Amino acid sequence: MMESWEAVIGLEIHAELKTASKMFCPCDASFGGEPNTKVCPVCLGLPGVLPVLNGKAVELALRLALALNCEILPRALFHRKNYFYPDMPKNYQISQYDQPLGVRGHLEVETEEGSFRVGIHRVHMEEDTGKTVHVGESGRIHGAEYSLEDFNRAGVPLLEIVTEPDIRSPEQAKAFLQELKSIMEHLEVSDCRMEEGSLRCDANVSVRPKGSYIMGVKTEIKNMNSFRALQRALEYEIERQIKLLESGGEVVQETRHWDADSQMTTPLRTKEYAYDYRYFQEPDLVPLELDRDFMERVRASLPELPSQRRRRFREQYGLPAHDARVLTSSKAMGDFFEEVVRLGAPPKAASNWMMGELSAHLNAQNLEVGQIPIGPAHLAELIDLIEKGTISGKIAKEVFQEMVDKGEMPNSIVERRGLTQISDQRELERIVREVVETNPGPVEDYRKGKTQAIGFLVGQVMKRTRGRANPGLVNELLRNLLDG
Amino acid sequence: MIGRKEVEHVAWLARLELSEEEKDKFSQQLGRILEHAERIKSVDTSGVEPTSHVLPLKNVMRDDEVRPGLTQEEALSNAPRREGGYFVVPRIV
Amino acid sequence: MEPIYLLEAWKVREMLLRRELTPREVLQAVWERVREVEPRVNAYITETWDAAEEAVREAEKDWSQGKDPGPAAGLPMAVKDILCTRGIRTTCASLILENFVPVYDATVIERLKAAGLTMIGKANMDEFAMGSSTENSYFGPTRNPWDLGRVPGGSSGGSAAAVAAGEALWALGSDTGGSIRQPASFCGLVGMKPTYGRVSRYGLVAFASSLDQVGPITRCVKDCALLLQLICGHDPKDSTSLPEGVPDFLASLEGDVRGMRAGVPRELMGEGIAPGVKRIVVSCFEVLEDLGMKVEEVSLPHLDYALDAYYIIAPAEASSNLARYDGVRYGLRVEGEDVLDMYSRTRARGFGDEVKRRIMLGTYALSAGYYEAYYAQAQKIRTLIIGDFRRAFERCDVLVSPTSPTVAFRLGERLEDPLAMYMSDICTIPVNLAGLPAISVPCGLDQGLPVGFQIMGKLLDEVTVLRVAYALEQALGFRARPDSSKGVG
Repeated sequence: MMESWEAVIGLEIHAELKTASKMFCPCDASFGGEPNTKVCPVCLGLPGVLPVLNGKAVELALRLALALNCEILPRALFHRKNYFYPDMPKNYQISQYDQPLGVRGHLEVETEEGSFRVGIHRVHMEEDTGKTVHVGESGRIHGAEYSLEDFNRAGVPLLEIVTEPDIRSPEQAKAFLQELKSIMEHLEVSDCRMEEGSLRCDANVSVRPKGSYIMGVKTEIKNMNSFRALQRALEYEIERQIKLLESGGEVVQETRHWDADSQMTTPLRTKEYAYDYRYFQEPDLVPLELDRDFMERVRASLPELPSQRRRRFREQYGLPAHDARVLTSSKAMGDFFEEVVRLGAPPKAASNWMMGELSAHLNAQNLEVGQIPIGPAHLAELIDLIEKGTISGKIAKEVFQEMVDKGEMPNSIVERRGLTQISDQRELERIVREVVETNPGPVEDYRKGKTQAIGFLVGQVMKRTRGRANPGLVNELLRNLLDG
Repeated sequence: MIGRKEVEHVAWLARLELSEEEKDKFSQQLGRILEHAERIKSVDTSGVEPTSHVLPLKNVMRDDEVRPGLTQEEALSNAPRREGGYFVVPRIV
Repeated sequence: MEPIYLLEAWKVREMLLRRELTPREVLQAVWERVREVEPRVNAYITETWDAAEEAVREAEKDWSQGKDPGPAAGLPMAVKDILCTRGIRTTCASLILENFVPVYDATVIERLKAAGLTMIGKANMDEFAMGSSTENSYFGPTRNPWDLGRVPGGSSGGSAAAVAAGEALWALGSDTGGSIRQPASFCGLVGMKPTYGRVSRYGLVAFASSLDQVGPITRCVKDCALLLQLICGHDPKDSTSLPEGVPDFLASLEGDVRGMRAGVPRELMGEGIAPGVKRIVVSCFEVLEDLGMKVEEVSLPHLDYALDAYYIIAPAEASSNLARYDGVRYGLRVEGEDVLDMYSRTRARGFGDEVKRRIMLGTYALSAGYYEAYYAQAQKIRTLIIGDFRRAFERCDVLVSPTSPTVAFRLGERLEDPLAMYMSDICTIPVNLAGLPAISVPCGLDQGLPVGFQIMGKLLDEVTVLRVAYALEQALGFRARPDSSKGVG
């Protein structure tokens, strides 16, 4: 039954811009800190204050708008969006309305199953709000006794990206957001830390019979704090809407909240009043009319985008498409890989380690490159030890585990634990001879033609050397002794 | 006159609690002022751009430099209610 | 000789420079005058004795070391209580800010402090500058020193009354639709609104951001030029502050006005102008002609709609600017069951009638379904008014008119009739909509009450406005002061 329906999804993404200071005042824009310690008269909305636009925020916004192939409007304006909320110092938000920075862009997203294009409706700048802490048993807005306001985040520059409703599945939504995140990282526009709230995503979802061009009634889903949450929430919501429609019900246009604990979306209880934001042009700011020269300079200085990097990884390092895609999924991964290669590791070996052991570790710990105690130098040295035959691949995996836990250099681990591969022929000959002498049974089997018995003998040598023996050499020595 | 319903809606948007007398008074006074302002509707403004800024200024921006702001004590110095470095507000819903 | 507290600021400055007076003597004289007349005038919300005392101490120290403490030192000034002063409460004459103590200084205050500011008090005003009579103050009305039964005008009525009564030598006001010029006119003083963008608005509590501008209220044009010089200039904290350099205003006063052309907008000399006011203003045209100027009638047809456009635009901006007074971060708070309840009660109790009226009006004009008909249309009218001015200034060097259609009216006379109150701004509003500079100069008495003559100039052309004002002032030799029959002589 599900197959006869099609989902229509549009995303609204908010990303905090990576500036040192806030959007309209010189306060520290970095995350964290004691409450209300990164504030000034302007971002506290004291009487008499005025905003002054951060030029860097404009440049970063422009970078992304250009990378998303947007049309840059010759005259962009700031408006006031008026509504009361205790985390908003002025009870209006300075935002952009009918003349945003960029419009009508698009992004091409490549996946294993092919590529798809998502239209970008608009890219605009606005200021972030403060943070509310709810006090009460629930720790949530509902049932709170009272709330506490911290304005450290108030006024941090935000970029809002609104897509066209071109996305057709939760997988596509996730792939789009991953690509967008990677682009913002490559452009150094945003840190994109979902857990710190510097990347947030809301979705508009509706379903319709496959092949129909009529839009169904949509719901807006909020509070999806990870890629997984985005995918799960959309899956849940699509299924909910289809079930509702198939049982003769109707979808209600409303805002729904994704609850990660119950894995459900629930309607957000709001007062029964329609919002009326009373937008009007911000009289305290003047228009932005970015001239061609400036725009071209920013365009020319755009760093390599993930799609370009992906192509280069295939061409320059001879990597398979899959490897190139995985390694460019975040800027940090790509940078890590390139540094490992620059330090001398063969590209494919570096790629294998990163996509294998390293990724497995990151996924298991839910960490990102940069949050672990090892850097490219660690991995490059480890690969070098294998390449030179100092350690075996098997030992290398052991060394890797120890290295990612503690950040110790592989050379030092190998030396401290005496894991160096034994390639000394005389030493190995002695051990091989001992093994042959103490295992007459298997030796007999081998000589009778059961050649697979040699595996047992190799194992015995490895056991005595605690895995350090060079397996190739052990094989050779054993055959010489048994066959000779 | 503007209707009482409308006065109530506008008062809600503006977060103003109005007494019954105030509602009556405002619906009458705002009505008179708006009636007077109706005159502007008679002016032909087709093709006229609205003015938000009287000055021809554009692209006023500052450098992205961090400067020290207020101390927590200064920030909270006028707070009607505070707790542990935060401003306190009643429950939101 | 006139008492010290009634002298022009520039004269006192010269006496200080010649060591004929000390800053302490000046402060003492003004202070005694404050104690004598303030109970009747109510010009101040907060008297800043300590700040004035401190400033005088600093000034005397400088003098004793042979240093000039600056052109504002030792010259007691009234500052409208709409400008933020660090460590000194700034109320905007509202209950909602009754106990608000700013943690920063407005840019004009910073500039004046560097020039030796001797602030004697924070002056009374209409709440959040909304009004034309200074009756809309939580701290009670200010009375006109010329006639205590009349209003001093508004919204900078406290500033004007302080200067007229001798409770300060000069004052700062703010002008959104006439709030400097109209009270200056009602109190027989000079008041000027500079070009929008000339003076920083940083620290000026916003009423209508696209119209607000700080300016001087003084006893003569020369004082006006001196004070203007101290407050003008680019401020990086105000995005709408003009980067243009500031001319030497004082030096420009003496220039010739011969051959200049003054236009009289027909729309500002209509039926609404009281006959007595009109007669005195017309007599000034003759004085200007005697000075060698050409005076001619011009028409700016869209000025007929200026008042209506203003009373849409200003309340719209105000409704948004005043949203921040919500009981969360500063100011009054009336507790409630939830946030919405707390907001609505705080604002209901904290704001006075006129402020509520304008918040309602502005919210309505911006709300869905009305935006185009009211706000957008008013902004277009604004464009047409700017065009009218541009055309008039192609022919004329200045435009002239009465400042107010009437002399000071009686307390309470217009309080229950908002429209009648709004009408008193009819001549002053147009330049705010166009961002132009304008001055009011006292030009005579009608029924014993001062009449103001308004001179409007081109964008950034304060120099010509001041020059014509100075020439007129010198030619008229108007030197009347309040007397003790009805006022505080």
